[in-house]
Amino acid sequence: MTAPTVAITGMNAQPDNPGPGVSVARCLKESPEFSGRIIGLGYDALDPGLYLREYCDAAYMLPYPSAGDEAFIKSLKAIHEVEGIDVIIPCLDAELPGMVRLTPQFDEMGIRYLMPTPGQLQLRNKDRLPDLADHAGIQCPEIKSVSQVGFFYNCQEEGWSYPLVVKGLFYGASIVDSADEAADTFRKTAAQWGYPVLVQRLVEGEEYNLTAVCDGSGNMLGEVMMKKMAVTDKGKAWAGVSVFDQTLYDASAALIRAINWRGPLEVEVMRDNHGQYQLIEINPRFPAWIYLSVGVGRNLPLMLLQLILDQATGVLPEAQPGVLFIRHAVETIVSQAEFESVIMNGGQHLN
Amino acid sequence: MNEHHQPSDSSAILPSAQSLRRLAVSESGFVFDPVSGHHFTVNETGLEILRHLQHEKDLPELLELLSQEYSVSARELERDVVEFAGMLRKFIGD
Repeated sequence: MTAPTVAITGMNAQPDNPGPGVSVARCLKESPEFSGRIIGLGYDALDPGLYLREYCDAAYMLPYPSAGDEAFIKSLKAIHEVEGIDVIIPCLDAELPGMVRLTPQFDEMGIRYLMPTPGQLQLRNKDRLPDLADHAGIQCPEIKSVSQVGFFYNCQEEGWSYPLVVKGLFYGASIVDSADEAADTFRKTAAQWGYPVLVQRLVEGEEYNLTAVCDGSGNMLGEVMMKKMAVTDKGKAWAGVSVFDQTLYDASAALIRAINWRGPLEVEVMRDNHGQYQLIEINPRFPAWIYLSVGVGRNLPLMLLQLILDQATGVLPEAQPGVLFIRHAVETIVSQAEFESVIMNGGQHLN
Repeated sequence: MNEHHQPSDSSAILPSAQSLRRLAVSESGFVFDPVSGHHFTVNETGLEILRHLQHEKDLPELLELLSQEYSVSARELERDVVEFAGMLRKFIGD
């Protein structure tokens, strides 16, 4: 397949917490080795990727995962009939459980993908991280599932102390300093992401992330590591620099071997004040900073596509530390006709 | 200058040459640690000390070399080098 049509989700790109979809599309579109079409898939008419013709050839809205599998697959089938999707790359945590359930339908439609199995996806669930980390020989701060707000007023009796981190099942992590603040965050998190809400012991230190593509046989391919240099109010990287640490490489490789991960992923760790890595999260998709992989000569979205299409991936250059990215916000001008098309027709052709 | 001043033990004070050799050191004085992602800048003297340490000079050797260039007391020289070494150790997490 020389010119595949690739559907990419996660076209949201709010400056404080951008989705990875636009960056994944950019990695492919700017590669001289890619001559296919990109179909951007979003969930909101204000997702900017739906209007970025430099990265997407067409763009459509999908029903939110909460609408259920049936609504999702119906919508995707309608898009597939028009666009002839060859490959799909999911980029959002919340849609992964549904996506992996729907892989038999993708097979029927002839849409190719590289995703974890439902079992692999569960193994990296936030509430199961300590077990996985222990298996792979990396430290992990204690995590507890909480369903009652009363926990925050009595948590000292269970050995917890403030500050601590309150997390949603899929997204969101807030550091809270008191029981009242924790209770407020708990309610907001539960309203947005449902129960249980997770509580994690706070690790003080510096955050490092690793992203890679995994082949499903326990191999980590083309890893790229990054240290956050500046973050948004939501803790998302606003600037970062590529690094290479053998210890982080070994720990990540052990995690991936332990679950035979299939597809892209991001490993988030904190380097604590004693120089030890502590596993914070494993995200089942590329990160929003994935364009740094192009910056260091390791275009991971392209590698993923080549793996999916059974094409030779070539030899990657050595990891190149010291390359920075600095994110910036850009206004995209959208005509009324374009906006109308997305609202009324659920999408539009861009090129 | 105190002729009887004995330099302290190198291994307890200086960062390991192995750790320092991973640093990318530019002639401009810009230093980048590819493992931690940290960066910092040094002046001409700091750059010279860093280069010597990367080549496994121990503390007495380093002080001897520097004393030939800088007209300061042995105690003052050691104090400054030890302070600089402490900053380096902190920087690279040695």
